[in-house]
Amino acid sequence: MQRMLEGEFRIPSGCAVSGIMNCRGIRFPGNSIVDSISLMHERSNGLGGGFAAHGVYPDLPQHYALHVFYSDHAAKEGTEELIAANDWTVAHDEPIPTRKTGLVADAPLIWRYFLQADLSRDDRHSTTGVDDRMLQLVLAINDGVSGAFVASSGRNMGVFKGVGYPEDIGEFYRLDEYRAHTWIAHGRFPTNTPGWWGGAHPFGLLDLSVVHNGEVSSYGANRRFLEMHGYKMNLQTDTEVMAYALDLLWRRYEYPLELVAAVLAPPFWKKIDRMPKPQRELYTALRTVYGSLMMNGPFSIIVGWSGGMFALNDRVKLRSLVAAEQGDYLYAASEEAAIRQVCPNPDRVWFPRGGELVVGRISPQQATQPHEALATGGDVA
Amino acid sequence: MKDKVKVNGSELDAHGLHYSELNRQILRLLRKGQQSMTLRGVNGQRYIGAGIQAKAQLAVHGTPGNDLAAFADGLQITVYGNGQDAVANTMNKGKLVIHGSVGDLLGYSLRGGSVLIKGSAGYRAGVHMKQYVDQKPLLVIGGTAGDFLGEYMAGGDLVVLGLGCTADHPVVEDNIAPGMHGGRIILPEPVPEYSLGREVHVYELTNEDLAFLRQTTLMYSQTFGASAQHILQRRFVKVAPKGARPYQAMYA
Repeated sequence: MQRMLEGEFRIPSGCAVSGIMNCRGIRFPGNSIVDSISLMHERSNGLGGGFAAHGVYPDLPQHYALHVFYSDHAAKEGTEELIAANDWTVAHDEPIPTRKTGLVADAPLIWRYFLQADLSRDDRHSTTGVDDRMLQLVLAINDGVSGAFVASSGRNMGVFKGVGYPEDIGEFYRLDEYRAHTWIAHGRFPTNTPGWWGGAHPFGLLDLSVVHNGEVSSYGANRRFLEMHGYKMNLQTDTEVMAYALDLLWRRYEYPLELVAAVLAPPFWKKIDRMPKPQRELYTALRTVYGSLMMNGPFSIIVGWSGGMFALNDRVKLRSLVAAEQGDYLYAASEEAAIRQVCPNPDRVWFPRGGELVVGRISPQQATQPHEALATGGDVA
Repeated sequence: MKDKVKVNGSELDAHGLHYSELNRQILRLLRKGQQSMTLRGVNGQRYIGAGIQAKAQLAVHGTPGNDLAAFADGLQITVYGNGQDAVANTMNKGKLVIHGSVGDLLGYSLRGGSVLIKGSAGYRAGVHMKQYVDQKPLLVIGGTAGDFLGEYMAGGDLVVLGLGCTADHPVVEDNIAPGMHGGRIILPEPVPEYSLGREVHVYELTNEDLAFLRQTTLMYSQTFGASAQHILQRRFVKVAPKGARPYQAMYA
């Protein structure tokens, strides 16, 4: 079994990222995201590939879908004890269906659980309360059960990742059989670390999935700040500070996304000084209070969540990122060709500036999709 | 990826073809004396024309991948579509015409020849362009350009025409030419003081600059069909280095 834990934190990489979402929340099969990321084959080196799908479990939308890797059965038993001990009931659990493909080897045991919080607990009514309990469970498993790693822990979403080229990982997990309204993907190019299943992207945390091309040079400062807010850095990838910062600012503090982006990739002071008074005071306050959550270093990230997808570059755009729109679909990727591979003639193609947020939200008047009901097509319950 | 490629005369179908096979086919045609060829169905294949020393003409239909014409030496390449990152990276000689926009790092350490972009360019266009004796590159961007335009520029001419950008809006938003120590950038006003790198200054156009701008704009309009007169309605200025050795003090 491949070593589960990676020694080296910092993974300078020229990886590939791609994301596709439908702004009316209509779910579509995984083929297009696999085609898109595979076009950027040269940006990966076979040591990591992965996908996140939001809206993928329509039959159990309110259950937390825990995707877990196990290096052995003892890790599985240890995790299942923790799940029970933390007052979660398992509505359903099964191995994640996979396809035999020679190109993906040494797979760990890959299991998924559909969990519901016990109603006896006092925080049963507030979603943040239950979310926080799930967060504690995830941190406890990753920290406490050796050989167990939680790949994702959100509702009606899942991360499917591992060691291999992304297109082979997509084939291995049979993604053509799933449908989702938001897909993100990553092809990894780690240079000084062996790939391992837990270190591949996307990085899943509750409702969020993050793919990250680049490097967080400010990892130490970010980590010190986040640890004061109860987060444990035990996932051997610098991307975790981005996911935890989003969790803290966006889910727990409920800041609007535009401000959260302005914390991660803030405007320069020289630009803030030129702003009209209201904005100047706002951004000065943000940078003063949350200076330790600025993500320094080159990056382009794409984040999926139940409400849609966003993409963001570092402030001086040291990694490539291009976005496009066509009808209800929003695309973002490291290369334009990866978008055109699945959408030959987009209505609009543009290059986001450094620190400029690209966001697609599923519009509230979500169209009822009668045909949606038919879209069982081998959906996995 | 299929390996066999359909080659009839000078047509190459690049659909689903890996870049190394595509570039092998290009070289094979050149060695057989083929002076011009057309590539169709291009999408993401990298290094097209890279490092090739030949006077041949390539017409590329689709979206060529990164490092198009990198280190090319003499090729005439026309692209009907958008280019990606590092177009004309360290190109030495030749002409590259793109009927579309391009990504970041356009003309990265360009050494010679001319590159004409109909639309806009991303960040760091013309980064570390240089010139030497008769090798003087020309880089022309029809639309707007991203930040760090002409960073570390050491020579050559970089012209941004600002089409599609309203007159009051700067054509390059910020960080223009930090570290520039040679060459000439010409772009429309306004060029606000705050957007300049410390090593550069805004100058009025000399008569020679103006003649050069007119000639370049004419070439652009003939190539892409835009009206030179319309382009030159805006007032243009020059951005150039304050001194040839901006870091002199650092090493004094």
